[in-house]
Formats: sequence, C-alpha cells, structure tokens
Amino acid sequence: MKKVLHYINQFFAGIGGEDQADHKPELREGVVGPGLALNTLLQHGQVTHTLICGDNYMSSNTEQAVQEILELIKDIDFDLLIAGPAFQAGRYGVACGTIGKAILQHRQIPVLTSMHCENPGVEMFREFFPIFKGGNGAAKMKADLKSLAAYADKIFTGEKLLSAEEEGYFGRGIRHQVWLDPPVTASTRGVEMLIKKLNGQPYQTELVIPQKDLVPIAQPIADLSQAKIALLTTGGIVPVDNPDHIQSASATRWGRYRIDQMERLKSGEFKTIHAGFDPAAADEDPNRILPLDVMQAFLHEGKIGALHPYFYSTVGTGTTQREASRMGHEIYEHLAEDKVDGALLVAT
Amino acid sequence: MPIVLLCNLVPVAQSVGVNRIVPTISIPYPLGNPATSMEEQYKLRYQVVETALKALTTPITEPCVFKV
Repeated sequence: MKKVLHYINQFFAGIGGEDQADHKPELREGVVGPGLALNTLLQHGQVTHTLICGDNYMSSNTEQAVQEILELIKDIDFDLLIAGPAFQAGRYGVACGTIGKAILQHRQIPVLTSMHCENPGVEMFREFFPIFKGGNGAAKMKADLKSLAAYADKIFTGEKLLSAEEEGYFGRGIRHQVWLDPPVTASTRGVEMLIKKLNGQPYQTELVIPQKDLVPIAQPIADLSQAKIALLTTGGIVPVDNPDHIQSASATRWGRYRIDQMERLKSGEFKTIHAGFDPAAADEDPNRILPLDVMQAFLHEGKIGALHPYFYSTVGTGTTQREASRMGHEIYEHLAEDKVDGALLVAT
Repeated sequence: MPIVLLCNLVPVAQSVGVNRIVPTISIPYPLGNPATSMEEQYKLRYQVVETALKALTTPITEPCVFKV
C-alpha cells in the first residue's frame, strides 16, 4: 500500500468556519473529513496522515506556514500529496497550490489537487502539478475525490498516464511527443487545417496560445493635490439593509453609496455582506475595509484635491471573471463621467 | 486612469496582471487589526492608504508591489 498525505483547511477538518481561519498548521495521524471518502476510493494507497491549516493563516503568513508544515512532516514518509479538493474557494485553492509546490520542491514527492476553473489557484499553480477540473462547491466532493483517487492509483500501479485533457486536469503547458494512429505528418495536418480555415470550417489548432486579459499600465497622476480620487471595494461593504441586494457570493450586482457628507463609515449604518470571511471586524468598523476616515483626512490636509462622492461595492468571492469585468466597465462609466483621476480598490 | 489594488493575496493579484498593488494586513480586516487600539488601526490605515496614493502618482514600466 502506498502512503498518501492529505492536505485540507480548517473548514473541511471540522474545526470551524471563518472564525477559525487563523488556525495554525497541524498534522494528524489517519484521515480527517474528506480523507475518509478518499480512502474508500483509493485501491492501491491509503491516507496515513492529514495536514490541516487555516486559510487565513496560510494567506497572511505564507512563508512561516510553509516552514511550519515542512517541519511537521519532516519525519514522515509518503508517496503522494493530495490537496483539497478546493472547489471554487480561492484562498483554499491558493493554499493547496502553495503547499503542493513546497512539497514538490523540498521532498520531490508528486502532488495532485482539484479546483474549479474559476479558482485563482488554477492559473497560479497549474504548471507545477496536475490540478483536476473540479466542481464549484462541496456538493461535487465525491466526483472530485473520485478523479483524484483514480489518477493516484494509476501513478501507484505505473499505468500509462494520458494527456491532461484525456485525464481531466488543467494542462500544465508541457508538450509531449505522441505517435498518431494512423500516422499523419505535421505538413499534412497543417495543410488540412489551412483548407478548413479558408473554407470557414471549424478546426482545432494543436498549439493553443493561452489568452491573458492584460490591462496596459495607466499613466500616473501628475498632481495628487489637484486630483479627484474614488474608493472601490470587493469586500461587500453596503448600507445595513443592502438596498441593491448584492449577493454574498458569486455576485452579479454592485452598488454605489454616497459618502461626501460623512467623516467615516459608522458601524450599524454600514456592514459587509461578503460570505467569504468572518464579518465581525468589518461590521464593527467598516473603515477597516473602506478607508473613508483617512481619505477625508487626506482631503482636509490638501493631499488629495477631491473625493468622488460615492463609493462602489460588490462581493469578490466566487465572482466569475466575466461578471467582474462587466461590473468594472459599468463602474468605470460613472467614474469617467465625474472626471475621476484615480481610484483605490480594496479587496478582501 | 490609474487604479491601485489594496489586497492581502498579493500573488493572486500578480497572477491576474494587476499593475499597481499595495499589500494589506489580512483578508477580513485589510486596513485595521481589531486586536490593536483604534489609534494604532487608524495610524496603520493612514500609512497603507498613503502608500496607495503614492502608487497612483508613481510612474512604472512593469507591474509593481508598493511595500508599506
């Protein structure tokens, strides 16, 4: 039986939700949470140890957390790390990727994980190890564990591993030489594609160039003391009755709220509706996410020329890139109309 | 129009191509640690936002993280 080390966060370990997200790394013998199902699916391996770390602890103290984890596991032997599945949980996905990369580098042990395509961890870590194409939430736990276990068993038994697409994980950008059956030379394939292209027929390129939606660098503000600045956030700060019904996750709506008559955002008048973190700190003092109090100070000091009279808010957890891009364009129209010179966007 | 992203997950911001980034202290409270006094929180918030304003006025030729 091969030995599997399983990495999960505080939530899937049953320790707690966002209030426990600062949980420090710990190592437990045997299975915890989803590891139980993983063990029943694995035929040639077994989860012998489970690593647990809080998502916030990992994101706020990354280097320290990685060192602590490497120290915790330095005396245990294992043949494979399985991290997650992380679904669409951004911090969890990044944590799985960070730990996977560290273990791959320091222990030279293969790593597998699973995430939804919108998880930022996919783009950050797909080049390092297979990230299986997972569901967007824990309802897909069983299916995602099944893909991981099946591939793990293939590694353990030395079975032939197929391409990323055939196996079901995000391509790592590695090109392999394959023999076609029946053989067709590259020149023939190229001409066939060209003919299809000329005839307006669909064809599939063999070298897909990934597209990145990069924004050119904006020119800096020349004179801040004459500039009008706007405040934006993806931290879900809204008036307590959430008048625009912005969703707490996977948002498709945004709102703008007047702030020009306020010195600071007051608790009880504003709160966060973001479902991706513990709201206690932001509800107690919303300026911890939307820094109106210091912006008013900069305005009084003459450091900035003006403050745009509204702040703009949405929720950035589980929000797709397509929706985020649309909302960004809609918000920009308001900023351009008021001749805003620059903006600060606070993300959580 | 320049925009500065103030965030805790700096590697995520870098991977999606954000050009001006200022790190914050945590996810649930980017600009004020509730474990410290209100004065200290205000001071920290002032410093981080001041760094972000400076980032708005700084010419850059490649994506940049402005340390507080």
